[in-house]
Amino acid sequence: MQKSLHIDPGKCTGCLQCEMACSYDNEGAFNPSKSRIKVFAFHDEGRFVPYTCTQCDEAWCMQACPVDAISVDAATGAKVVSDARCVGCKVCTIACPFGTINYNADTGKVVKCDLCEGDPACATACPTDAITFIDANWTGLERMRAWAAKTDSGAQASA
Amino acid sequence: MAWARNVLRVNLTAGTCTNEPLNMDWAMKYLGQRGLATKYLYEEIDPKVDPLSPDNKLIMTTGPLTGTMASTAGRYSVVTKGALTGAIACSNSGGFFGNEMKNAGYDMIIFEGKAPKPVYLLVQDDSAQLVDAAGFWGKSVWDTEEGIKAKHGDPQIRVASIGISGEKGCKFACVVNDMHRAAGRSGVGTVMGSKNLKAVAIRGTKGVKVEDFAAFAQVTNAAKAVLAENAVTGQGLPAFGTQVLMNVINEMGALPTRNFRDIQFEGAKDISAEAMAEPRRSDGKPNLVRNGACFGCTIACGRVSTIDRTHFSVAERPEYHKASGGLEYEAAWALGAATGVNDLDALTFANFLCNEQGMDPITFGTTLGAAMDMYEEGVLTTAQTGMPLTFGSAEALVKMVELTGKGEGFGVELGLGSKRLCEKYGRPELSMSVKGQEFPAYDGRGIQGMALTYATSNRGACHLRSYTVASEVLGIPEKTDPLVTDGKAGLVKAFQDATAAVDSAGICVFTTFAWTLDDIAPQIDAACEGNWTSEYLLEVGERIWNLERQFNMKAGFTGADDTLPKRLLKDAAKTGPATGKVAELDKMLPEYYELRGWTPDGTPSNETLSRLGV
Amino acid sequence: MQYVVVGAGPAGVVAAETLRKVDPAGAVTLIGGEPEPPYSRMAIPYMLTGKVGEDGTHLRPAAGHYDARGITVINDRVARVDPATKTVVTESGASHAYDRLLLATGSHPVRPPVPGLDLPGVHHCWTLADARAIAEKATEGRHVVQMGAGFIGCIIMESLWERGVKLSVIETADRMVPRMMDTRGGAMIKQWCANKDIDVHTSASVTAVEPNPAGPGDKLVRLSDGTGIDADLVVVATGVHAYTEFLDGTGIQVDRGIVVDDHMRTTVPDIYAAGDCAQGRDFSTGGYDVHAIQPTAVEHGRTAAMNMAGIDVAYQGSLIMNVLDTVGLITCSFGRWDGVPGGDTARVVDEGAYRYMCLQFDGDVLVGALSLGRTDHMGVVRGLIQNRTRLGPWKQRLMEDPNRVMDAYVSLSQVAGT
Repeated sequence: MQKSLHIDPGKCTGCLQCEMACSYDNEGAFNPSKSRIKVFAFHDEGRFVPYTCTQCDEAWCMQACPVDAISVDAATGAKVVSDARCVGCKVCTIACPFGTINYNADTGKVVKCDLCEGDPACATACPTDAITFIDANWTGLERMRAWAAKTDSGAQASA
Repeated sequence: MAWARNVLRVNLTAGTCTNEPLNMDWAMKYLGQRGLATKYLYEEIDPKVDPLSPDNKLIMTTGPLTGTMASTAGRYSVVTKGALTGAIACSNSGGFFGNEMKNAGYDMIIFEGKAPKPVYLLVQDDSAQLVDAAGFWGKSVWDTEEGIKAKHGDPQIRVASIGISGEKGCKFACVVNDMHRAAGRSGVGTVMGSKNLKAVAIRGTKGVKVEDFAAFAQVTNAAKAVLAENAVTGQGLPAFGTQVLMNVINEMGALPTRNFRDIQFEGAKDISAEAMAEPRRSDGKPNLVRNGACFGCTIACGRVSTIDRTHFSVAERPEYHKASGGLEYEAAWALGAATGVNDLDALTFANFLCNEQGMDPITFGTTLGAAMDMYEEGVLTTAQTGMPLTFGSAEALVKMVELTGKGEGFGVELGLGSKRLCEKYGRPELSMSVKGQEFPAYDGRGIQGMALTYATSNRGACHLRSYTVASEVLGIPEKTDPLVTDGKAGLVKAFQDATAAVDSAGICVFTTFAWTLDDIAPQIDAACEGNWTSEYLLEVGERIWNLERQFNMKAGFTGADDTLPKRLLKDAAKTGPATGKVAELDKMLPEYYELRGWTPDGTPSNETLSRLGV
Repeated sequence: MQYVVVGAGPAGVVAAETLRKVDPAGAVTLIGGEPEPPYSRMAIPYMLTGKVGEDGTHLRPAAGHYDARGITVINDRVARVDPATKTVVTESGASHAYDRLLLATGSHPVRPPVPGLDLPGVHHCWTLADARAIAEKATEGRHVVQMGAGFIGCIIMESLWERGVKLSVIETADRMVPRMMDTRGGAMIKQWCANKDIDVHTSASVTAVEPNPAGPGDKLVRLSDGTGIDADLVVVATGVHAYTEFLDGTGIQVDRGIVVDDHMRTTVPDIYAAGDCAQGRDFSTGGYDVHAIQPTAVEHGRTAAMNMAGIDVAYQGSLIMNVLDTVGLITCSFGRWDGVPGGDTARVVDEGAYRYMCLQFDGDVLVGALSLGRTDHMGVVRGLIQNRTRLGPWKQRLMEDPNRVMDAYVSLSQVAGT
């Protein structure tokens, strides 16, 4: 059974330990601006919402890539960017309707969550279990999947 | 590593921003943040300087751990000569601004001089520039913060700013960051306002590195586990916030009430953590929305609250129907018990206003308490105040917080702080302050260690310089009797030194409910070059304490200022376990001086100073 | 079933792969008109800068990718299509019978009627062969004049600039990238380029390219105002049009591109079209238009292939969107960035910092956007537009600060209903 990140905004306190863990794992420094998971704070409502790629089946980013730089990791199901192949054209960044693949101007490549090869640093770092890494059919990703389906332009559902 | 090793020096008079390397020799002796910035200030200004003159400097400073994954490591401090006190001021804040500053690559930003017209500093990594603040001057903290983010098209910019109170010279103006986190005490925002500096806006994307990541991950994870397993940091603070203390302190007879006339407040339960969680009649929702964390904090004691929309303070004002920073214990006490007001929504409104206009709620509440005291005594009249200032009046609290925040009407007088206000009206003894700064929420008659804490605090009365409440109330690290003075001199010194080190590291002092220096030292040691042991941190803390003392001595303070108002020294507690007790400062102070290696009149001896290398 | 796909760009390759997937027994032939493995034109600028080698432009780099899927790849240019006999004839004379044919021939560059464009050292930047020629001539210090500052022109410009040439750019419109950026944004891009020492002329046209043996550069590019600009190399990027000339006489209707219905069917039975050559359904307008962008090519290719294989899929239309990096200044445009009648517009601009954000609403639904100077989370603009998300209270918040578009998205998708 593949696992997925499960996010429960109700448990998030907005501490950003996840962002630090993610950025350290990927960039070698504590640098929330480079994190692939972002916590959105809604101050007026007292809400904190961690948000990252759901590794959606539609894989908009992968489909949009003109040079085959994004592929599926067979072990984790993650859609993974190959730095060697990415030319930095950024088409994926506008194609992903979730905004979860982004351009890093320092490297000239795009970055996205790759599930840390099956051991996501954000989930490990989360002190409140707002982010957990659990069996995919437990994650309740239906809400996001519903959004994905709505964005579908008709061609993807059955291919 | 851990330090960015970089200082941004901003000359407001000349309008220049320059970089210089951090003095690492000093960093090895003073660690960072509170200690290191105090060293810079001490070396760079004459302590006798008028705090509001261009010759004063204001330093925003992070610690070496700021911006790392150590729990609570998002702190920064504002260090200057305090406008309220004329003493060394170091006000510490959480939120997210400190990390942003560190991530932009700065340990410290030193502001000098005075801008010819209002400006704000915009920092985007290596780029730093002063920007005309004409569009923001006269605006609240909240409008300024949102406005700057919108103007620069970047919601991720972090802002520390002053409100209208800081512009208008209210003596206890704060620097507020992230809407409701404040470098709160001693009038550091007033100094900022005097420099025509409205805000500091930062976006940092450079990253923070540590010396030995593997070791750092191990010790910080272990330390996080200690916080999670501790009853205070793992359960009490997340669930109830610091407000967990309201009923506890009241019951032990140490909750100063009505300007310290009383020591227990009959309305404490109405303004407690429990009350904040109680569903209200109008909409069935409690005051408390949820808890929230500062950057990197695994405790998450922060309160997010709403005001009852039917409450008189906001019924016609939907802009205050949103959630915002809720009551912490000190604020709830100052706005409530110190004024005798038990209206939770009025307190929450006053707290919102303090954040919105950048005022220290402790000094505001206690100053209002002192004004109420004078009103009740007939010293102040309605003609002067514009309305009855009776103890317990929620209407007065709501009205006065608005006037003070905007520097209007009697709010101008309240903006002087209690010392100047009470002196002005001929009743100096009614100011519950030390070195010009008002007491926080613990009565030295009911908790004797706090009497010595207040009297000797370098920044004026303060609970955060040596929080002996931990020992005397909560039994951390071991229980001592709050009504006994024996051993308190040593306890205060130990807390003062340890806290000075903690405040210099970039982490939150609340960790010390669970952590000792033995938990903290390994985290610094793994992150930084050098050999940072618990013993060395204590030495660093003692060095910092003595340096701060030296600053104050040169500023003109003497041992005679290490005292308390007559009310605490002479008027015995009337109720509760401390009934009949006064603050027995005279039983503790001489021993304290001796333990400090100071002369009997409170002057650090040359021997002590040279031992510590001050 | 015999499937023939003409054109080996993204639409053609995705179509061929999809056909293989949904009809394992069918025969799939992919005919590419250039003597290269299927490659991405979009990647050519990155090859010019040396960021990738030629193999980095290949659509499917894995060795044996097409063989492994039983896709026959033929490098030959199609000369004509004969619907009566259901055959395709290539320039080499070979004839390929089809049961279902997909036209994915893309577009080709327009050569404006300017004297001197036949001189040596005047190139389009369209094919790998063009790129090789430009790479040879555009070396540090050489004078290069680029005609056209549209989308493709701007991408090429960056790669030329990175090669250290002395660069002049001539655009006939009143601003740069007129088809994806409004006046304000176009002016900001021009200023940005000027700061990078790129000599940009807008509202200017080239009247002639003349030999100029005296140099510097062996050519002189003459502008409408009489100015002459030295050039070693002239790059022509004045626009493209759908490549359909070989369809004359087939009865396949061509407008701005090959006319297709919502199943990607042309007006002739069993012939489909996809990608840059197809005038497909437009999500924003409900009409039909050419959207020459990678995501549309892929969607077209897949939709066409499914319908060719007998799986009924109606295409809901493509959202026009572009992201452009003009020597480091990143701009995006989505959908009806120029607004709709009766709609609202939210703008915030910081010219000094090169940041600009503009949102277009129809009621409380986002229908278009422009951004300049930001890249974070821009995909959600697509999500919000294409989901036709009702913004509710976020409409007003975005009117006040359009940069909060990601906050709006996260709040509406993750918070509401939790």
